[in-house]
Amino acid sequence: MNAPIRRLGLVVAAMFCALLIATTTIQFFQAKALNDRPGNRRTLLSSYARQRGSILVGGNAVALSKPSDDEYKWLRTYPQGTTYAAATGYYSFLYGSSAVESRYGSLLSGTSDQLFYRRFTDIVTGQQPQGANVDLTIDAKVQKAAKSALGSKVGAVVALDPKTGAILAMVTSPTYDPNQLSGHDLTAVQKNWAALIGNTSQPLLNRATSGLYPPGSTFKLIVSAAALSSGKYTPQTSVPGPASLRLPQTTTSLPNDFSGTCGPGGRTTLIHALAISCNTAFASVGLSLGQDAVAAQARRFGFGQQLNIPMTVAASRFPTGLDPAQLAQSSIGQFDVQSTPLQMAMVSAGIANGGRVMTPYLVKDVRDDNLDVISSTDPKLLSTAVSSQVASELKTMMLSVVDSGTGTKAQIPGVQVAGKTGTAQHGEGQPAHAWFTAFAPANDPKIAVAVLVENGGKYGTEAGGGSVAAPIAQKVIEAGIGR
Amino acid sequence: MSSSFGLRTITPHTPRTRRGVELLLLAFALAIVLLAYADVGLAVDNTLPPDLLTLGIGFGVVALALHLLVRWQAAYADPILLPVATLLNGLGLVMIHRLDLEQGHHLGQGSAVRQLLWTGVSVFVAGVLLVVVRDHRRLGQYTFTFALAGLVLLLLPLTPILGRNINGSRIWIGLGPLSFQPSELSKICVIIFFSGYLVQKRDALSLVGRRFLGLPLPRARDLGPIIIAWLASLAVLVFESDLGTSLLFFGLFVALLYVATERRSWIVIGLGLFLAGCYAAYLLFAHFQVRVDLWINPFDPHLSDQLGLGLMGMGSGGMLGTGLGEGHPGLTYFANSDFIIPSFGEELGLVGLIAIIVLFAIVVERGLRAGIAARDGFGKLLATGLGFSMALQVFVVVGGVTRVIPLTGLTTPFMSAGGSSLIANWIIIVLLLRISDQARRPTVDELGATAVGSADTQAVRTR
Repeated sequence: MNAPIRRLGLVVAAMFCALLIATTTIQFFQAKALNDRPGNRRTLLSSYARQRGSILVGGNAVALSKPSDDEYKWLRTYPQGTTYAAATGYYSFLYGSSAVESRYGSLLSGTSDQLFYRRFTDIVTGQQPQGANVDLTIDAKVQKAAKSALGSKVGAVVALDPKTGAILAMVTSPTYDPNQLSGHDLTAVQKNWAALIGNTSQPLLNRATSGLYPPGSTFKLIVSAAALSSGKYTPQTSVPGPASLRLPQTTTSLPNDFSGTCGPGGRTTLIHALAISCNTAFASVGLSLGQDAVAAQARRFGFGQQLNIPMTVAASRFPTGLDPAQLAQSSIGQFDVQSTPLQMAMVSAGIANGGRVMTPYLVKDVRDDNLDVISSTDPKLLSTAVSSQVASELKTMMLSVVDSGTGTKAQIPGVQVAGKTGTAQHGEGQPAHAWFTAFAPANDPKIAVAVLVENGGKYGTEAGGGSVAAPIAQKVIEAGIGR
Repeated sequence: MSSSFGLRTITPHTPRTRRGVELLLLAFALAIVLLAYADVGLAVDNTLPPDLLTLGIGFGVVALALHLLVRWQAAYADPILLPVATLLNGLGLVMIHRLDLEQGHHLGQGSAVRQLLWTGVSVFVAGVLLVVVRDHRRLGQYTFTFALAGLVLLLLPLTPILGRNINGSRIWIGLGPLSFQPSELSKICVIIFFSGYLVQKRDALSLVGRRFLGLPLPRARDLGPIIIAWLASLAVLVFESDLGTSLLFFGLFVALLYVATERRSWIVIGLGLFLAGCYAAYLLFAHFQVRVDLWINPFDPHLSDQLGLGLMGMGSGGMLGTGLGEGHPGLTYFANSDFIIPSFGEELGLVGLIAIIVLFAIVVERGLRAGIAARDGFGKLLATGLGFSMALQVFVVVGGVTRVIPLTGLTTPFMSAGGSSLIANWIIIVLLLRISDQARRPTVDELGATAVGSADTQAVRTR
């Protein structure tokens, strides 16, 4: 019977080989894929076991991991939680992470392949591996000014460095405190999460990058840009400006936001039309330019483009297939035109930067725990929206808005501020959204801003970008240019 | 054989007992287990466990007692089996204790203390058995008694009062707070029965009947036993919903039939019957379809995530593991019983898991080796059956969690929390010790030579 026993031994050997192959496959070849599976709590727990890198603003941590005595070992803390929530995002055991915490997750946790060499030296030197630090472009002063200026109003503020595209401030309101989600008391976290999700004003939504609103009269900047670029217009060109414009092929008419005509005899200049935000003038300019010219100009400012700053920015939209009536409405930023506050800031920034729109970005660089730079973001040109000549003409027109037009509340003594107001209707009987976008100083732009206040803050239906949004932009610009 | 020439001193050949090797390996096994226990304490509580010394001494005394008993009762037994079983049992205890800690239980309240108790009971039963069963061939005289015992134990869970349905399988019996899986003991009874039966019938069973497709088939009248074994295993499958036990029993029977008759046709017939049975069960029972679906797609969100959790645990262990006490094996359900292998994979890594699988392979190999060395047919079949049952069980349970085969509930020998499995596996070890002792023990003649050779007379014995 020995021969069959030996042969049975071979069968046994094959069985054990199968087990060894299977375990090797799982623990060696598939390990990474298994660890990267969404919802793998072990990966999450082990990321809690290591000190996660900080998120820095001007050298100060706005998100950092502090040692804790419980099973998670490190507690993610946000010293100024609500101020930076839109940028940092949250890092929660139960609900994952968002914004920079999510997009730079593997670098912060130290598992990124970019850190391979450093991880290797950590193993050799026996040091506790640590995540990389992420340095934001946010300017703390501007951010705080924006936050306090917006206050409890529902809306968003975005400030850009027009020359680089660096995001200097990003505020959304209402917001949340990421500490409420990063805590280790999971029942409390669950309750906080339910409250945030259940809140109809959507505090988890970043209105600056994900909120799409009709841009209203701020869109007149784009129509102006298209008009000037067409070569048929200068700021002084005379354009029709009646009290109301009969929309082609309809019985309805499009009125101005104020009563009366935009100038004597129902005519005005392009620059004056922008300064007083004349609806009828821009509707007719838009009609004579045609929808393709307006759409192309919008696209050159960034409309229709998906951006990652690193968070994904909702693409702003200029509708297609418009009939003349719709084109007239679209030319004053109504109908189906939709824009994020960030997009409108990019319009101002592009004009400020001589027509060159820079790609907005939120992360300046990534540093290891010795603060040595691992990678840094170089400013990138997104597109050239207008020629420098047209940009300079647009600047002049925007200056007139703040000097003597609808945006006087954004004036700063001794500083030339160029801006544009917007008051966007969105539905019958609803209070309008208040907009203001601007840059300053006009001769050497340091900051471009967009402010959006949903439903015009507490001013109700009579809200105007000039009265609600412009003063907020003024505060932000003051902080940005060091006043 | 001893021989001598002229005036040279006679050095008679007697097999060495190798008990010294066993003692040394046992000390190693003990050291590894205590190191693992200390490691868990350091990792979880940052201090050495306060009971390290007492537990160490206790464990050491029990192991030493068993060693001395083997020295006295089975001096020529295989020296590897006892240390390997001790190591596996000890590592299992450490992991169960470590999982208790993860759930906030300390030694004394969790599963570990129960397992420790069962270990004591098992070692005691093993010791008694070693003394009582002086010769394994005596077991062969009670072939049909064991058959009956095996059958009763196997079917006991189906009885209305004793039987308990736990986790979808009716393979438990309960007595008050205690529950017991009698199929573990039934397995041993059945192996004894198979061995006894086949050794008597092997001549008839190896007769060739017709040829079919070039394969010599057994005579139709000899197909009876294999049909009965097949039906019994199908009954287990159907009525107890226990694919693992069914596979184990049928696989054992076919393997022993093959070893006894040396006819490959039995394997073909057996495999064919088993696959047909499985396919029929797959078509008939939703329970199996779910198992197969889970095997093919362990991360299907509509199915249990247990297998997927185990795989993610093993994945997180990677090559070297998280270290004992540093991972999160408790995230997988049944981490200390059905899924103790992924728990080890997570904390000891691929390296540690391979070591454990190889330890099991060593036990199986020593079992088969005892079978080859055994001098009697019954002993050969018994040792082969015991060794192969261990191989099958490890294959089914480890293969189940590593997706070699669909997951079925079988315990991991020596490691899974649970008393019945522990007792059964220690009995297997004792029986293998007994058979290997019989196989290597010098015959009376050789002993005579030793006696004479060691005498001062230096007389030369010639045959």
